[in-house]
Amino acid sequence: MSTDNVQVERLESVFSCPMPYEWSIGLYGSRFFQEIKQNRRFVGIRCKGCGKVYVPPRRVCGPCFEELTELVTLSDTGVITAFSVVNYPFIDPNTGSQRPIPYTYGYIKLDGADNIFSNIINETDLSKIKVGMKVRAVFKDAAEMEGNIQDIKYFDILG
Amino acid sequence: MGRRVAIVGTGQTYHKSHRPDVTSREMINEAVTVALADAELTIRDIDAIVIGNMDHFESINYVDAYSVEGSGGVMKPIMKVSTGGTTGATVAIAAYYHVASGLFERVLAIGFEKNSESDTTGAIITCSDPVWDRFSYSGAIPSLATEATAYMEKYGATQEDAALIGERDRNNAMNNPFAHLHRPLSVADIMNSPMLAYPIKLGDICPRSDGACACVLAADGVAQKIAKRPAWFKAAAVRHTYTWFGDSTDYNKGLVSMQRASKDAYAQAGITKPVDEIDVAELYLPYTWAGLKWIEDIGFCGPGEAAKFVGERNTHMGGKIPINPSGGVISTNCIGATALLRVAEAAIQVMGKGGARQVPDVKNALATGFGGCFWSDVVILSTERP
Ligand SMILES: [Zn+2]
Repeated sequence: MSTDNVQVERLESVFSCPMPYEWSIGLYGSRFFQEIKQNRRFVGIRCKGCGKVYVPPRRVCGPCFEELTELVTLSDTGVITAFSVVNYPFIDPNTGSQRPIPYTYGYIKLDGADNIFSNIINETDLSKIKVGMKVRAVFKDAAEMEGNIQDIKYFDILG
Repeated sequence: MGRRVAIVGTGQTYHKSHRPDVTSREMINEAVTVALADAELTIRDIDAIVIGNMDHFESINYVDAYSVEGSGGVMKPIMKVSTGGTTGATVAIAAYYHVASGLFERVLAIGFEKNSESDTTGAIITCSDPVWDRFSYSGAIPSLATEATAYMEKYGATQEDAALIGERDRNNAMNNPFAHLHRPLSVADIMNSPMLAYPIKLGDICPRSDGACACVLAADGVAQKIAKRPAWFKAAAVRHTYTWFGDSTDYNKGLVSMQRASKDAYAQAGITKPVDEIDVAELYLPYTWAGLKWIEDIGFCGPGEAAKFVGERNTHMGGKIPINPSGGVISTNCIGATALLRVAEAAIQVMGKGGARQVPDVKNALATGFGGCFWSDVVILSTERP
């Protein structure tokens, strides 16, 4: 048998099923979410080696490669170090559907912490948001909290 | 230092937004075939292969095995290396380590991506931490945009300053027959393009491309017999930082991984005045602002000086240090191949095979990779055997 090598319509194969995963949050990560739920506050962790306070708290300081143990309470206020207003549509792999836009993605230096915390800022008007502005975390009502990052509703610009 | 190593052949596909005519492994084969022909070798001459692309992207995670007949890796030592956006440069550096170690004489480095086969933004979101960052992260554009807002605030650079990078690279792409976007853009075009994530507009950001790239690396003694003018490795440096955005985005410090990798590379190459000693640079600049901020981190000018340095056309063709004669990432972005294209284009410049995009009299060429989460790779290639 022989077949002539002629051009044919090119076909594609499509896969669009949800793929479930389950991620451990760890001891200190769990503590961070429990503190939000029970005490409506942030905790970080201090490195004895370099003195740096990390948020969220984790077990190891990367540069020092030392185990961390000293939890510290942090303020719910901080300063915007950078931001962007997300304005294009895209599918959120967490949900499989389109994430609502526009929203403001921000990097916030929490008072008392030495690294930066990424979260949502509750302002999409470019004339009302600037690097250096002070912000405060707004938490969900305790009854609505699920022990994840979205227990923080967003950060509000102060004043 | 290990054994001396050179690039002796390069190959790339033409780049498009969609290649429905080929599978990934067939596309890889196109680049490999061209690279072998460029080196006047056959696959039998190749001792080992390093291959990489973006994890998650095509949902084919063991690409070393998947692509084996396309790469020529049947019954050969082959390894996959995947480090996010830096993948292509890391693949080149891993191949360099293979040869420098003395264990292999001729090694193929391969990078590829078929962005058309996946949802690029969705796939990039899965690179961010699932517990802390993923809910608010929306792909490469906003995390880069945050860097731009911090840079503008600190140094007073404008959106027009950044747009000039896009104009430069998109104009350069007109000289590169393999580039994906073959339409020049002016500063005004970029300023008038739709705002995706402030301050990044459509004209400021790289496209999604399908394509593959391959390089042949050879050992000292072998390389000289293969190529008239081998592109010798003078330096290869890798610096990876945290993947949590809050730990890698202290913009007051700049792109620390790039600062450290370039410092290491300059020390390896004995370079003290990069702008005077490097003749051309192929930089992984995925968005226009990177062409300002990161050339400060890499030491082409001082902090806050990039807008002036670029504005004076020092980085245009014919300038002091031309950047991205190929048109760069803003014109072509098949992500797992993108950083290897930077290395290949640097090799092409050193070997004098650049055609219309050739910079005259290149001795030293620098290539970078960027990705992961603010990670950097730097490679310096030279006509001079180190
Ligand atoms: Zn420490």
